[in-house]
Amino acid sequence: MNSVYLDYNATTPVEPQVLDAMLPYFSADFANASSIHTPGQRARSAVETAREQVAALIGARPQEVVFTSGGTESDNNAIFGVLNSHVTQPILAVHSSSAKATAPHIITTTIEHEAVLNTCQALEKQGVSVTYLPVDREGLVDPESVRQAIRPETILITMMHANNELGTVQPLEEIGCIARKHKIYFHTDAVQSAGKIPIDVNALNVDLLSLSGHKLYAPKGVGALYVRSGTRLRQLLYGGHHQRGFRPGTENVAGIVGLGKAAELARNSLASDAQQVSTLRDKLECGLAERVQQVHVNGGSAPRTPNTTNVMFAGIEGEALVIALDLKGLACSIGAACSSGAVEPSHVMTAIGLSQEEAKSSLRFSLGRHTTESEIAFALEVIPAAVAQLRALSPTYRKEAASHV
Amino acid sequence: MNAATEFDTLPTREETQRGLVVIAMSGGVDSSTVAAVLLEQGRPVVGLTMQLWNQRRLPELQRDGPKQHRCCSLDDVYDAKRVAQHLNFPHYVVNFEEQFEQRVVRPFVDQYLAGRTPIACTNCNTDVKFEPLLRMARQIGAERLATGHYARIRKNEQTGRCELLRARDESKDQSYFLWGLSQDQLSSSEFPLGELTKEEVRALARRTNLPVAEKPESMELCFVPTGNYVQFIQAYSKDGGISLSQAEGEIVTEDGTVVGHHNGVHNFTIGQRKGLGFAAGKALYVLSIDPENNRVVVGDNDSLRTTSFEVTAVNWVSIEQPSGPLRATVKIRHKHEPTAATVHPVDSTTARIVFDAPQRAITPGQGAVFYDGDRVLGGAWIR
Repeated sequence: MNSVYLDYNATTPVEPQVLDAMLPYFSADFANASSIHTPGQRARSAVETAREQVAALIGARPQEVVFTSGGTESDNNAIFGVLNSHVTQPILAVHSSSAKATAPHIITTTIEHEAVLNTCQALEKQGVSVTYLPVDREGLVDPESVRQAIRPETILITMMHANNELGTVQPLEEIGCIARKHKIYFHTDAVQSAGKIPIDVNALNVDLLSLSGHKLYAPKGVGALYVRSGTRLRQLLYGGHHQRGFRPGTENVAGIVGLGKAAELARNSLASDAQQVSTLRDKLECGLAERVQQVHVNGGSAPRTPNTTNVMFAGIEGEALVIALDLKGLACSIGAACSSGAVEPSHVMTAIGLSQEEAKSSLRFSLGRHTTESEIAFALEVIPAAVAQLRALSPTYRKEAASHV
Repeated sequence: MNAATEFDTLPTREETQRGLVVIAMSGGVDSSTVAAVLLEQGRPVVGLTMQLWNQRRLPELQRDGPKQHRCCSLDDVYDAKRVAQHLNFPHYVVNFEEQFEQRVVRPFVDQYLAGRTPIACTNCNTDVKFEPLLRMARQIGAERLATGHYARIRKNEQTGRCELLRARDESKDQSYFLWGLSQDQLSSSEFPLGELTKEEVRALARRTNLPVAEKPESMELCFVPTGNYVQFIQAYSKDGGISLSQAEGEIVTEDGTVVGHHNGVHNFTIGQRKGLGFAAGKALYVLSIDPENNRVVVGDNDSLRTTSFEVTAVNWVSIEQPSGPLRATVKIRHKHEPTAATVHPVDSTTARIVFDAPQRAITPGQGAVFYDGDRVLGGAWIR
């Protein structure tokens, strides 16, 4: 039923050229990239080409790119990897008797993706100390707060590049400088920025960077972790000697080829994609502001990815709006879906200072390479109508509207 | 293939909306069969499954042992989704955890702690299913809400009122739990199973190959799958930082003689015999609970029988509020046969009910529902 898809931050379609590049590696060139024979060497060569393509997207060297199963695995590898290379004995055993102040310390933010947040929380249970830095109303971290949070025991700063719900882009260059000055490893989850805005790991001063294939028109189930040469990182998985032994497991050749091709396409069309998609995004935002009363773009005055807008419609129940829009043929998203598929209040929305009510009335529209003018026109037709329908039935909005008169 | 061209034909609003019915789907056979019935009638439907209670909330209730059928378990949600996929209609899970806790779970626990014996299902119907869920149904563009309740709604053309009737299958009748519905709620609701027997529902489910056709029924209160209310109340209170250690008190006879001690009035319900925690020469039953003095009053079985009682929060359903005393049959708990009585309205929300003959264990917190044959005239809470 859905004809218009404005949920590209959730996932993207595999680009036809990406699919074409992948197809030979399922059946024709199916060999194991670790095999010594000729078919194996063909697969190896495809994997290494992909590594170059991914490296080129982020300004890295190919040998600094490790393929993984996706963003979550990359984040886990980075965070556990830094910690486990630093700690050689169980932390609780070492630090339970002495002061907790000597436990290793990690700095992150309150708006990270669950792949980082829940990893940090798991580490806290093991005795690691974690600082969750707040963000301002626009979803931005103050670099000065990073500086102040640093302690002698700080071993890692992990901070997302672009936020998945707001699209806000953190000032990583500045924070990277701070990390480097204090000789602290710096990891960024760039799942939502890779392919949308330029990334140069050297300009950002990051040591570790996670990215995911299916957010940039490659398939689900493949991702990458950039590891700066010289970074001390303990592996998470144990097995064979694939990918220098750091990430064992037979390479997902087709997926890796797809990620490589998608990275190449993204690099080639980054500027034009950004131009096109931000024009449409701005059109959507302006159109909503014209047609709907009491709307606000969350994080709207911060630097943002060009494709994302998070809009608060005062007085509506966002969950009902998402369903109403879906029934009208427009796919968008709200908050975080829990395992049953029900919507839970988003920790990002509350972190930027929204009330529970405001958080529940905020929807995310994320555009992509294939979003068209006519789709935005359709969105601008159905969203105001649906909002009006909901507000007419909202007990809270009537009160609010009355108080605004 | 150019992806942009795929989107040239967009659905119009009219195509997606007219006469839309929302089905409240629990993932059980009854509400799933409602979907089959409505689709056979050719009506556009959307399924909504309410996420009401997080079973992980009270981990101490998750003991090992046989797997319990649990409310809002992922299995139930998946079952509802499988049915929607099988019958090919849209389905969504919606989060009503906050409303359910505020309007059902907390009042349930509070009432128990106040020495009453509440019925959570009635609150859930009145204050969750037919309130925020019905509102959400309307918000997403539906005109009506259908549920798997065994009861019937009939429009009385003379009075203009929507009347609530007992189910055709008396053994499954759930009208006792629906007395709180307003005219607005009834006029937007439908109970497609009201004319069917459970066997007919199963047969329909099998005929349409519903993946849940053979699913067993859940009999217990959904958020207390073990059926052990006391354990739930203790765990919930502890989770909320309320200590029940102060709850200990005396068990007394009607003349005030202390015959034992109890560890909280929430452990008792009126008419209860077992579990009084002390040996008595003769069988003793809980006659009443006095939360103010934290006392449980016990006596013999005959003292449990009373004739008259007061009710509050009266809601007149199939008729307008009568001006004077009204003859009716009154049902005072789920497993009670409606019995002849006179309802004396005191004011718009309270009434005194006098049975023709004494009834056993009239219990504060339960519902009293007034019938005229199959018709639910109204209902109220026993004070």
